[in-house]
Amino acid sequence: MTINEIQDQIIAEFDIYAEWLDKYQYLIDLASDTPAIDETYKTNRYLINGCQSRVWLHATLSKDGSISFSADSDAIITKGIISLLIRVLNNKKPQEIKETDLYFIDKIGLSQNLSPTRANGLASMLKQMKLYAIAFDAKQN
Amino acid sequence: MNLDINRIRRDFPILEQQVYGKTLVYLDNGATTQKPNVVIDKICEMYRKYNANIHRGVHYLSEKSTQFYEESRQTVAHFINASSNKEIIFTKGTTDSVNLIAHAFGDRFLKKGDQVLVTALEHHANLVPWQMICQKTGAELKIIPINEKGEILQDKYRELLSDRCKILSLTHVSNSLGTIVPIKEMIAQAHAYHIPVLVDAAQSVQHIPVDVQELDCEFLAFSGHKIYGPTGIGVLYGKTEWLEKLPPYQGGGDMIDDVEYQKSTYAEIPLKFEAGTSNYVDAIALAEAIKYISNIGLKNIAAHEQEILRYATEQMLKIEGLKIIGTAAQKASAISFTLKNVHNLDAGMILDKMGIAVRTGHHCAQPLMKKLGITGTIRVSFAIYNTKDEVDVLISALQKLKQMFN
Repeated sequence: MTINEIQDQIIAEFDIYAEWLDKYQYLIDLASDTPAIDETYKTNRYLINGCQSRVWLHATLSKDGSISFSADSDAIITKGIISLLIRVLNNKKPQEIKETDLYFIDKIGLSQNLSPTRANGLASMLKQMKLYAIAFDAKQN
Repeated sequence: MNLDINRIRRDFPILEQQVYGKTLVYLDNGATTQKPNVVIDKICEMYRKYNANIHRGVHYLSEKSTQFYEESRQTVAHFINASSNKEIIFTKGTTDSVNLIAHAFGDRFLKKGDQVLVTALEHHANLVPWQMICQKTGAELKIIPINEKGEILQDKYRELLSDRCKILSLTHVSNSLGTIVPIKEMIAQAHAYHIPVLVDAAQSVQHIPVDVQELDCEFLAFSGHKIYGPTGIGVLYGKTEWLEKLPPYQGGGDMIDDVEYQKSTYAEIPLKFEAGTSNYVDAIALAEAIKYISNIGLKNIAAHEQEILRYATEQMLKIEGLKIIGTAAQKASAISFTLKNVHNLDAGMILDKMGIAVRTGHHCAQPLMKKLGITGTIRVSFAIYNTKDEVDVLISALQKLKQMFN
């Protein structure tokens, strides 16, 4: 699926829930289903600054030239949000990740979390994912 | 006296609203309190009818605004029982007040080998300015430790007192744990070593009667916005002899007596410390907030809030997995807690969607959180308008929250 197809799928999933609490319950459930990051990456080196909760993010470049992300957080909802970001951007080419417009965040009502001063640092996570893409892109060329 | 809280709530228009379709339950009063109509109306009235720069013009409006501003100084002086109006300096807030003292005092009195004392409970506002001035002057910052309940270890405090200590700066009420610090006794002990004391009263003046002459502190700071007044206005109280001894903190208009190109002589206190155009509108509105709570009576407010605190503590302790952080014998208005298996940030986000405003995180007291071995807490903090019904809403929300994460 393309990045936009996955985004549209997520928007449809969240559309089912009218109540805020149900949306958060869904994020909590997503977090529990997300595989944990390899313990070796749960270090300060992979910690993202700017979050009230701790978030670790790691990325590798696959042989086919796409990026594979893994992440974890000590806050469950934050982890649920990262799992959505990973679902959209995982196994995509650096160029695509760099250029993508993540409109699903706004559509599912999480854009209030995008402000740079917001405690959960969704903006910081997204920035770090794009930085990985830029770095891998530079490495490839 | 039993207060009519429902009548009081009607004075605060913001409390009537719904958020996300739920009735707002505002329990973040330690961060800022809501404003009664008298404060909001005074700000509007000032801009509509009396706005003119103070202490300058000879015209009608300027004389009016100057008169109101100086009357506000009188109201503040009376509120904390200062012996003179000139002991009241208007600042931007507690942080600004602490910075003023740290810099003015540090410039004049601190040198290498001296010590500055603060407690382990301090908000960053009463820690970082002292770190900065210690770095600049070579003085050493000493921290008075606390026990696991969040109370200051008085024997350790007495051990730290010496002739090398030049100033003690301590909080009256901990913003993160709610501990009431026995400052009167501590001030007396500091005075035995001729150590002047600055009290951070940001979390106390709205909850407890404060009398600077009875406390005998040299300086005291608080913020307008935490005492039902506007943001951007605060107070620094200082004993006359001390304010006269300190050099000015900032230069500019209004704080001068005579200016030549190479040097100036400075105005008398308090104007010496009020450089530039003061925030006179908010100072005047702050006086309205002070009159408002004085009419209700600080003792009545304290009794009501203690009852809410007692009830909330009792109900919260019934929740399995909830741990109260900060269990000092004397507390004011705030309860910090953690929930087993629930990150404080997750809790804050869910409570928000239930219409309940709380504070989460380290509460601008990172060294304290590290000492307690936690990354943060959820904090509920009460004000005059909070009710037991709201505590009940909080308790059932916390029960629901627990279910969501288990």
